[in-house]
Amino acid sequence: MVENRPVLNVITHLVLIIGIVIVALPIWITFVASTHDAVRMTQAPIPMLPGTHFWENFSQTLLGSGLSGTETAPVWRMLLNSLTMALMIALGKIAISLISAFAIVYFKFPFRMLFFWLIFVTLMLPVEVRILPTFEVVADLGMLNSYWGLSIPLIASATATFMFRQVFLTIPDEMLESARIDGAGPLRFFWDILIPLSRTNIAALFVILFIYGWNQYLWPLLITTDTDMTTIVMSIKQMLEAAEQSPQWNIIMMTALLAMLPPVFVVVAMQKLFVQGLTETDK
Amino acid sequence: MASITLKDLVKAYGDTEVLHHVEGEISDGEFIVVVGPSGCGKSTLLRMVAGLETVTSGTICIGDKVVNQLEPADRDIAMVFQNYALYPHMSVRENMAYGLKIRKISKDEIARRVEEAADILELRPYLERKPRQLSGGQRQRVAMGRAIVRNPQVFLFDEPLSNLDAKLRVQMRLEIRKLQQRLGVTSIYVTHDQVEAMTLGDRLMVLNGGYVEQFGTPIELYDRPATTFVAGFIGSPAMNFLPATVSAGMATLGNGARLANAGAANGAVTLGIRPEHLLQDDAGPVRVTVELVEQLGANSLLHGKLEGTDIEMVVSQPGHMSAAAGTVMGFVPANGALHLFHAETGKRIEP
Amino acid sequence: MLKRVHFPRSALPYLLVAPQILITLVFFIWPASQAVYQSFLIEDAFGLSTEFVWFENFELLVDDEQYLQSFGRTIFFSAAVALLSMSAALVLAGFADRVVRGATAYRTLMIWPYAVAPVLAGALWVFMFNPTLGIFPFLLDMVGIDWNHYLNGTHAMMLVIFAAAWKQIAYNFLFYLAAMQSIPRSLIEAAAIDGAGPVRRFVDHIFPLISPTTFFLLVINAVYAFFDTFGIIHAVTQGGPANSTTILVYKVFNDGFVGLDLGGSAAQSVILMVLVIAMTVVQFRFIERKVEY
Repeated sequence: MVENRPVLNVITHLVLIIGIVIVALPIWITFVASTHDAVRMTQAPIPMLPGTHFWENFSQTLLGSGLSGTETAPVWRMLLNSLTMALMIALGKIAISLISAFAIVYFKFPFRMLFFWLIFVTLMLPVEVRILPTFEVVADLGMLNSYWGLSIPLIASATATFMFRQVFLTIPDEMLESARIDGAGPLRFFWDILIPLSRTNIAALFVILFIYGWNQYLWPLLITTDTDMTTIVMSIKQMLEAAEQSPQWNIIMMTALLAMLPPVFVVVAMQKLFVQGLTETDK
Repeated sequence: MASITLKDLVKAYGDTEVLHHVEGEISDGEFIVVVGPSGCGKSTLLRMVAGLETVTSGTICIGDKVVNQLEPADRDIAMVFQNYALYPHMSVRENMAYGLKIRKISKDEIARRVEEAADILELRPYLERKPRQLSGGQRQRVAMGRAIVRNPQVFLFDEPLSNLDAKLRVQMRLEIRKLQQRLGVTSIYVTHDQVEAMTLGDRLMVLNGGYVEQFGTPIELYDRPATTFVAGFIGSPAMNFLPATVSAGMATLGNGARLANAGAANGAVTLGIRPEHLLQDDAGPVRVTVELVEQLGANSLLHGKLEGTDIEMVVSQPGHMSAAAGTVMGFVPANGALHLFHAETGKRIEP
Repeated sequence: MLKRVHFPRSALPYLLVAPQILITLVFFIWPASQAVYQSFLIEDAFGLSTEFVWFENFELLVDDEQYLQSFGRTIFFSAAVALLSMSAALVLAGFADRVVRGATAYRTLMIWPYAVAPVLAGALWVFMFNPTLGIFPFLLDMVGIDWNHYLNGTHAMMLVIFAAAWKQIAYNFLFYLAAMQSIPRSLIEAAAIDGAGPVRRFVDHIFPLISPTTFFLLVINAVYAFFDTFGIIHAVTQGGPANSTTILVYKVFNDGFVGLDLGGSAAQSVILMVLVIAMTVVQFRFIERKVEY
């Protein structure tokens, strides 16, 4: 800080605390709602302080049938589906982007630029703008209601490819020359030198992509009709609909809490990597 | 160990030729320094020998084998890079062992060779460290070690000392020379530093604009430079060049001064005299208007102009010396110290 | 773009790019071209025959009052989300930049909404604004406002804007803070010595210096509001009441999957694609410029 003005310092912290309250309020209310019983959650105004039913709601949501009166998969099953999908998307994106960036940076081959532009195109066509035809393709391939259908159409990634390309370009040329004199072939160089040298970038990207995968909504909504394939993020919408008949806000909010916990945990626990990943992918 | 033969070697990028018909025979165990200003093609030449650049035409032989089409790994060479190119995620030991591991040499043998090299280079205490935990000089040694363990036929050095500070550079220069003499491995060393070139090389190849200007021992280059470029590049401070006309063994300078013993040339020439070959003589024919004297202790450098002209001159005199700006001093060239070059082509004219 | 040296020519690079290219062709290029093709077709009411009609679908859209309203609504929604979220983030980052100790702690507490899925963000806000139970309608009632986003279109729009902007604050905050922290201290100190107070420094120096970030975030936020907010709309309002929150991406989904108007939905897809491509180009122009300095 350039100068020391006590009043300004107080204002600074005050503003930041108000900011945090605003940012955190929805999550606080969710948490509070998940700690009361169903009856309390039908009386206005809803409580602002935690109650005593957290574990009860927790076990009913996670292990029990979840919301009564609806036909959904158990919450643990949905969490598992989400985890599988998020991991498949994140790891798949990283794997195919790493190898294609490797090819584009370290090889000179006919149609290289064509491939580069083809990859670039994926950046311009988010799922939302080509919903129907993509759905038809996946249906034709018999990939509805499967983990493959949930993940593979989402794992082409221009951003990840560009990021790895950027990373590889900053690795000195002498690394490759030295490895070639040492007798390392392309795959050996990739595995022994490039991967270890980009591991923090890989980790940072993983954080971002895991969140991206976990939070997918429209795509799973379209291609899963089987309740066993429902993801946790999707289930919230179904619960909100059910709430219009029989409001069990304690269970809905507990489910919401469980749905946001893994990505929030990843962001907070790996904050440094997360910030790095975010700023790098959007460069 | 092996000899290296470069035959009619050409490198071109598209239509631009950057190396023109380079010829050279390097015998087994010889230490060759390729020297020249930046952009002269010296690194390209080295990288062609390494196999990192393709050969446009001509051949490179290592031993009796033409290696033009061989992968770098199959040429039995080792290279030390300017920025060392150590693998940052591997320890010193792993860095040195990597090439051997790929060649599927047994673990015991790798350990033995790495430790032997570490002993030679005094790297033993640092074997388990990562490159970033080492000083510049130590990294340089690791890069050397990586070359040594391979026990190759040829060492290639690409300006390996240019990232070090001046004092360390002198020290490492000596170490490289001693090491090469001890191991007797044929070496090619690229640098732009003529002092490094003179002190290290058995023979020097001077490159300029993609042409070999001269290829010979340091003393040959100093005593009988083949061109004005070599004459100006080798030796410090640089040789003085004075335009002159010669007839009947007598050279006439621009200001009318006449010098004897100018050899067999005739007509317009460029006359070269090294600063250290001008001896003070009040009646001497070379008269210099002093502008500044640099006192270096062991000797003094006198900067000025040839009297009555705009031609810059430097004279080196042993011991201390002082002269006020504007004084005119006379000098006479030492015996046999005049170099004559063709005025247009810059080629040496033998006396 | 490419390394000075590369590996010798072989089939390997083709194998390496194959997975990515294959997925791009099957799931991106092919569906996108299908969308373009379908946008030129009209299917009769029973789905028995299709007719190639060139630009008729687009002409229908241009004449469609609802579509035009949706377009305008999307622009309003995006502008509101970007403005709200970016200005909140700017203020918070400006203050956080002043904090010497504990800046990381503030950052940690500020960034987590990023991890919350849009549909969850929608669920949280819809709960807080639940007309019978929610905490905000309860408070608003005290000042005489009868909140009901199920019936009142303006209320519904405000609610989705709040939810969308809230989720994006974290992202904007991180980029603004990083931009401010990369301004050399000496520059700010020089301004202080010239007599500029904190507010003056922010207005005269910090804000102009971070203007590239502002522009970048503007594009990113627009893309976010256009496409990533589907989950929020779907969870909170389903486009209602009376289409008052039907933004373009929701309409594509709704007309295609619910209304089964294939040609119309495809034409809308094509328009959206053109929009994304335009935004991506703008974004890349900006990145190129950033690379130059």
